[in-house]
Amino acid sequence: MLLKVAIQTAGYVKKVVLRDIHFELPAGRILALIGPNGSGKTTLIRALSGVLPVVEGDLHINGTDLSGANQQERARLLAVVPQSTFVPPSFTVDEVVMMGRTPYINWLGSTTQKDEETVERVMEVTDVTRFKGRRCGELSAGECQRVILARALAQDTPVLLMDEPTSHLDLRYQIEFLELLVSLAYEHNRTVLIALHDLNLAARFGDEVLAMKDGTTEAFGKTEEVLNPQTIEYIYGLPVKVFEAPDGGQKVIIPA
Amino acid sequence: MPKFARPLLLTTALLLAASLLSIGVGSVFIPPKSILTALWDALRGLPPATPNAEKLRVILITLRLPRTLLMALTGAALAGSGAAYQGLFRNPLADPYLIGAASGAGLGAVVSLSSKWPSSVLGFLAVPLTAFVGAILTVFIVFTLAKTLPVTNLILAGVAVSSFATALTSFLMINASGELRRTLVWLLGGSNMAGWKPLIGQFPYVLIGLAMLIAMSYRLNVLQLGDEQAQQLGVNVPRSRTIIILAATLATAAAVAFTGIIGFVGLVVPHLMRRFGGGDARRLMPLSILGGAAFLLLADILARTLMAPQELPVGIITALAGAPFFLVILRQSRREVW
Repeated sequence: MLLKVAIQTAGYVKKVVLRDIHFELPAGRILALIGPNGSGKTTLIRALSGVLPVVEGDLHINGTDLSGANQQERARLLAVVPQSTFVPPSFTVDEVVMMGRTPYINWLGSTTQKDEETVERVMEVTDVTRFKGRRCGELSAGECQRVILARALAQDTPVLLMDEPTSHLDLRYQIEFLELLVSLAYEHNRTVLIALHDLNLAARFGDEVLAMKDGTTEAFGKTEEVLNPQTIEYIYGLPVKVFEAPDGGQKVIIPA
Repeated sequence: MPKFARPLLLTTALLLAASLLSIGVGSVFIPPKSILTALWDALRGLPPATPNAEKLRVILITLRLPRTLLMALTGAALAGSGAAYQGLFRNPLADPYLIGAASGAGLGAVVSLSSKWPSSVLGFLAVPLTAFVGAILTVFIVFTLAKTLPVTNLILAGVAVSSFATALTSFLMINASGELRRTLVWLLGGSNMAGWKPLIGQFPYVLIGLAMLIAMSYRLNVLQLGDEQAQQLGVNVPRSRTIIILAATLATAAAVAFTGIIGFVGLVVPHLMRRFGGGDARRLMPLSILGGAAFLLLADILARTLMAPQELPVGIITALAGAPFFLVILRQSRREVW
């Protein structure tokens, strides 16, 4: 198993937010993280990335115990695409993407040929090459989101954690973004954990689904098993209908 | 970095021109050529050729040169720390003066100035050190107050803490007898300490502070993404931030300890340089340091010539130039163009 998560409790010194979250993911899979607002999706991503003050439990990536790893080692194992679309406005797009190489470069920030090539490649796949040299302050929120994705991909990690990465993207970029993740997972063997509000996107792109409610795992398993009307209604407190798309295969979830 | 060479050359040229002008301008004007000849002769250890040349050399070596170097170093320290504070607080309005570091340093310096040691050797070490303690305390308080608040609140917290420090400073000055005028002129940013002594006192602290800031500039870049993202990129955020605060405050305190409170240099210069050379601190820091030196030299030339032979405190000139600039940035920061 590439990613092993066994959290007993996690949160802040005075407040426990997550409890009993256990799951494992092999390499090359996409896990969709679903659940209502405040169910702990973002906190789970923060716990895995090491920025939450208190995490009781075991986290392993590729056999490496994350609790024993320092922040730099962690940054070589997992990259995070946060919910926020903030990019420092006076920096250029390529400068921000290059910051993704921070875990590999020295404290002066001197880059090598490999860093340059990686940045060029990830800018190509995220379709931000044409913004090269532009200041981030001039970009739209959706464009910023793709720059942030490029920065995370530049980290070149086996695990990618994403918190609502498609919230500011238009329909076409949403699908392109998620298809990019599919190719990263299937062709480049990356493990992707992605928090999504849109259950239809979760149904279409998730190999597995982790459903959260009140800071704990409500269901975890194959997408078609978890995304059934009963579970969804229980988690969101709203009755839904689940259809098969007319051309077969994909599930469509709508409020009943 | 093709964008770096041109701004660097231009700023260096400006600094050299400002230095020659600053050495040349005064009760006796010395043309650049004579300055260079006189300095070159003095460096080679040649005796002055004529009595006139001797007079010129005395003016240069004992008055103009140390004054010019002190102003350049102070400007470099203020602008360098301004660039660091702006990056650190991710706030375009942060500046050693506006966030209260300068007032805190002023308070610290006045504490040791009013305690009768000022002209002893120990006093020379004590003034920058107490200034540093005062500055660190105010920065810490302001930073704690403003941490969770939006952009302009940093300035509000800075103003409040800085007023408090200034009030304490005034209180100390009224209690101190005799030294009052001297301290007052000093506080307004008049470089009334002539000769090489203040320069020698200031130089090591500014050098250490600015060298640390230059060394930390890549870390400062990554901190622009926000604490959490910087940490997720493998940066030790608390440690980096502490080093940057200490270095910037050390440079500020050393500047304030010997030249008084000079406002707005740390605000105006990094801003212009950011427009000029982009946000990357590895470029911004050296550009701000050079540009700050040039800016303060030019302000000092104005301060010396506008009402000659009377000399204005240079802080008045920088405030006259800087305060309107501050208002423009304040307007822009609402639209987040930083």
